[in-house]
Amino acid sequence: MLDVRGLKKVYEGSGRRVEAVRDLTFTVDAGELVCLVGPSGCGKTTLLKCMGGLLTPTSGEVLLGGRPVSGPPPGMAFVFQEYGRSLFPWMRVRDNVELPLKQKKLSPSRRRELVADALESVGLTDAAGAYPWQLSGGMQQRVAIARALAYEPDVLLMDEPFAAVDAQTRADLEDLVRGLWQQRGITILFVTHDIDEAVYLGERVLILSTSPTVVQEQLKVDLPAERDQLHTRVAPRFAELRTHVYEQIQAAKRGKAADLEDVKDMKADAPPTH
Amino acid sequence: MKNLALRLFFVLALPLILVIAWWFASDSSTDVYWPPLHTILTTFPDVWTGERLSDDVLPSLLRLLAGYTAAAVVGVALGTVIGSYRRVRAVCEPVLEFLRAVPPPVLVPVIMLFAGIGDTMKIAVIASGCVWPILLNTVEGVRAVDSVMSETARSYGITGSARLRHVVLRSASPQIFAGLRQALSIGIILMVISEMFAASNGLGFTIVQFQRNFAIPDMWTGILLLGLLGFVLSVLFRLVERQVLGWYHGLRDTSRRSS
Repeated sequence: MLDVRGLKKVYEGSGRRVEAVRDLTFTVDAGELVCLVGPSGCGKTTLLKCMGGLLTPTSGEVLLGGRPVSGPPPGMAFVFQEYGRSLFPWMRVRDNVELPLKQKKLSPSRRRELVADALESVGLTDAAGAYPWQLSGGMQQRVAIARALAYEPDVLLMDEPFAAVDAQTRADLEDLVRGLWQQRGITILFVTHDIDEAVYLGERVLILSTSPTVVQEQLKVDLPAERDQLHTRVAPRFAELRTHVYEQIQAAKRGKAADLEDVKDMKADAPPTH
Repeated sequence: MKNLALRLFFVLALPLILVIAWWFASDSSTDVYWPPLHTILTTFPDVWTGERLSDDVLPSLLRLLAGYTAAAVVGVALGTVIGSYRRVRAVCEPVLEFLRAVPPPVLVPVIMLFAGIGDTMKIAVIASGCVWPILLNTVEGVRAVDSVMSETARSYGITGSARLRHVVLRSASPQIFAGLRQALSIGIILMVISEMFAASNGLGFTIVQFQRNFAIPDMWTGILLLGLLGFVLSVLFRLVERQVLGWYHGLRDTSRRSS
């Protein structure tokens, strides 16, 4: 579904040259939920913007369904971290969700249907007439998710979407995303700096190195498909996986891949252990 | 109810005190130039009769409306273009700063040379003075569109005219309205000034005529009328602004309360 090949992004300006992303190659299959995790400042947002067609990579390419991405593709929806700046404060919740659909030239009845359905999926049917700033942070991010869902994307890109909400709201939103993913079968690429979140949510975790970024490791998360905050997070396997990711990120910060014998069996190419 | 009464009291208290003070201070005045307030008030209905309203006040207001509207259209349109492109802005900014620094009244004689002494000249004077605050505020507003919002718009395919209408202009609307508000008071000033130079009707013309003919109480009624007019226009403006910028005031109150 989503192919990233040899992606490289160098920012140049005022005599400074910053290599944010060096060489990234990975694929995301249709219907997969992949989490990207890496140390802070490792170019996660740069990568996501290149994938969303918001930035042009210096070299390499991004393919969506086999076709190269040169601008924001219609089959892709974005959820940004800064919900307060991503929703339009002059529009009511309903209109925020509907605006991209108008651009898609859908009929009014179809638009109403999609908006109502999307708001229901995130549990905000009652808030349709409110302005975003009248809602709590968690609810605003739900509106942003509803807007993305109504857009009916093949791929949903989420850029640290829950970094700015409190822990309890965050847990609810994580379950919401997993639930939506299971119901709707969309492909989700979820960027986060939170290791627990990455392991809890993902079917696969891509661990990135520090900037200039390369893929440090791909890890298959062999937790059961049905996950819940209470039990999954205390499962021994969850602890093993998060420890492994944590070690890899620490190693990434030190500038080399961790070579740990006892976690070799967790590599992506290893068969699932359950 | 009690709250409303209290608010009404605070709104009306100072104007009332000032009127009363004026009333008693001027009550026994024999100075020709400072007639008692009661003389001015009794003259008022005689001066601003139906005929004068239609022959002087209405043309003034229509010219103000025409000049102000032209300035708003040109200011917002040009401001959007200049604000959207960094290169255009770099080229235009020094010129704009210069033009804006020229006091609009000095343009009256110049514009008279090109546009004669008719309505066109007066509308041009009003428009040329009103356009600057609108233009410069629009440039600032358009330039300050939040980067996350523009990226959101782009990623959802909101481009071209839809982006302009739903994102850029809405996001810049608080600044655009700030410019429109400044322009309104400039417009009223220029409406009067343009009629003082070469005119055969209008509020400014009438007031100058009264002064030249030593009809001093009549002149004072004209000044009162101008004050009232400015007041009514600003109230109307506030009503429109509340409609259009309701979201902005709500947003601001919310963020003020939470910080």
